[in-house]
Amino acid sequence: MDTGQGTAMIDDSLTLPRAAEAAPRIDCRNIKVYYGQAQAIHDVSMTFPDRAVTALIGPSGCGKSTFLRCLNRMNDTIENCRVEGEILMDGENINDADIDPVLLRSRVGMVFQKPNPFPKSIYDNIAYGPRIHGLANGREDLDAIVEKSLRRAGLWEEVKDRLTAPGTSLSGGQQQRLCIARAIAVQPEVILMDEPCSALDPIATARIEELIDELRNRYCIVIVTHSMQQAARVSQRTAFFHLGHVVELGDTNQIFTNPREKRTEDYITGRFG
Amino acid sequence: MLQQLGQLPMGWLLIALIAVFGSAAFFIGRVRAERLLLSTTGRMHSRPNYHGYYVAMWSAVPVMLVAAGYAIFAEQLTRTQLTRELPSSFSALSAAELQSYLESVRMAAGTAASAGADRVFQAVTNRYLELRGLVNAGTLVLLGILASAGMFWAQRRLKPSFRARALVENGMELVLFVCAGVAIATTAGIVLSLLYESLQFFQKVSAWDFLTGTRWNAQTEAEFGALPLFFGTFMIALIAMLVAAPIGLFSAIFLSEYASPKARGWIKPILEILAGIPTVVYGFFALLVVAPAIRTAAIWVNETAIQLGLASEPILAAQPTSALAAGLVMGIMVIPFVSSLSDDVINAVPQTLRDAAYALGATKSETVKQVVVPAALPGIIAALLLAVSRAIGETMIVVMAAGKSARISMDPTSDLTTITVQIVSLMTGETGFDDPKTLSAFALGLVLFIVTLAFNVVALRVVKKYREKYD
Repeated sequence: MDTGQGTAMIDDSLTLPRAAEAAPRIDCRNIKVYYGQAQAIHDVSMTFPDRAVTALIGPSGCGKSTFLRCLNRMNDTIENCRVEGEILMDGENINDADIDPVLLRSRVGMVFQKPNPFPKSIYDNIAYGPRIHGLANGREDLDAIVEKSLRRAGLWEEVKDRLTAPGTSLSGGQQQRLCIARAIAVQPEVILMDEPCSALDPIATARIEELIDELRNRYCIVIVTHSMQQAARVSQRTAFFHLGHVVELGDTNQIFTNPREKRTEDYITGRFG
Repeated sequence: MLQQLGQLPMGWLLIALIAVFGSAAFFIGRVRAERLLLSTTGRMHSRPNYHGYYVAMWSAVPVMLVAAGYAIFAEQLTRTQLTRELPSSFSALSAAELQSYLESVRMAAGTAASAGADRVFQAVTNRYLELRGLVNAGTLVLLGILASAGMFWAQRRLKPSFRARALVENGMELVLFVCAGVAIATTAGIVLSLLYESLQFFQKVSAWDFLTGTRWNAQTEAEFGALPLFFGTFMIALIAMLVAAPIGLFSAIFLSEYASPKARGWIKPILEILAGIPTVVYGFFALLVVAPAIRTAAIWVNETAIQLGLASEPILAAQPTSALAAGLVMGIMVIPFVSSLSDDVINAVPQTLRDAAYALGATKSETVKQVVVPAALPGIIAALLLAVSRAIGETMIVVMAAGKSARISMDPTSDLTTITVQIVSLMTGETGFDDPKTLSAFALGLVLFIVTLAFNVVALRVVKKYREKYD
């Protein structure tokens, strides 16, 4: 697991918390991402523990979203984007040529910055994933999956009487919870969230944060956020990205109360970013 | 003197005067505003240029109004006065004869070459020129007075606190409004004349017979049952859409979802070239290539069927021009309409929706089929409806390749005729405007207009109503 040898000092700081971990859900080794000639991620190695929330923070353009999108190979859909390095899930490198990104994405769900429900009914939004993966045996089974997913996303009570209404008729916060329910419905192991609250008001944000806290008991969650308070509230571990490097990675408490790196301290105290 | 005035090139003169008065007024206004700027201690409300524009507006607008009035009324005014002064022998002429006589007078006056004509004609021409000269001179005097008055009045109003900028903005708005009004008025005029002539027709032939009659024989006998024409139009448009809808839609999906930017860069222009081919070229392609090929194929089908004992006589009409030939080629013609509009709406589906589907583990074709196309569906339907209205109104291809027999036949290899083909054949050649034969063309035109209008309105409503709001 020792990747810090001979590389930048940044990586030395990573060895400590990583050694303390039990079984990481995802283990990233020497990830480099290029957009054409430009390198967006420089040799990042980090792990994500199961049943915990890891927050990726950092200023705009620091590569945290790009890094997040490596974890379910969403970068494949971007032309001229190239990913190098190993990302291990259950001992398999998901960047291997023989890994089907379609199957991978059914194990790694994703929630996006802006709520993006399909132009379908609420029911069909949730049922979409189970249908394409054949997870349900018959209508009743599907109904059960839809109900369970909506309940877990804390949306069931609000929409149970209008499952046939279009998903886009919900409010922004409800739409985002719908998208979370949609991601949960395919029974993923990991949920990636790319600034899930940046388009929401404080009340809807609070609902989503509560939800993330509940979901932590079942999933490995990785969340990209611009709000340091949010990272402090919802995550157990935090990684601070800057200019494509991980500057510091550690327990959220430690990062926010006692950062080891000067740059981390400057960022979280608002001196730059 | 008056006669020379009558020969003035008033069109050019008026345009020049608009420019001269406008720019003169602009400079007067601007110079005055600059003087005000120097003499005043505080700030001017508007910059000197706006004062210039303001004065120019008040000077050029009267000139334009007079010019417009001249263009509309001058000839009429001259002719009315001239007719009054004509010798009594002219009263024997009918209205139409008098009109054509006056028209030749106008022509002769324009060229100033009435030598060799009879004396009466020369006298009339000279008088025409004199009258015209009076009108011209009057116009120029009026114009000069109005323009100077406008200029004088406007420049008197200038002072530091004068809100020239706001007034010029209002003036601009008015100009733009008038331009839009011209377009609307033209449309209204066309529709009204269509309506008027159609009503004339429906006084002679009942609307019910026209819409439901099955015998159309406008050229030889007065039979005006337009149903076969509606049928032919519908049949050919249907064949065209059977070709254009799948090909256009699938090529749009390919272009927007699958093609690399490079492939897209050369395929899209080629598709758009298809839209640029003149329809008459499609027409002779249909007539010379497609129709004979279909005929050959139909004859072969007939022979084979008879040989195999499936039929005792030919099943297909196998005519030299056919609905199928016209429909197929028309389908090719409207492909770019479908593909280009669909491509636009598919591209407008936000990337986040595709990302959402991919992130759930959907494959590319699942994403396209279940997310992208449904999201773009209103726009795609609108594109199809616009293509249908285009196919219904298309004329050249059907004139050349569809035939002229008005009949109701489900056999696509028989020749059919359409509304547009009949309008063309009714309006070409000798026509008189009181003849029901000619008037029936207006009635057909009205039907065509209403149908395509309905399609377009429905298409726009569909787009508006079902468009998802992706901010």
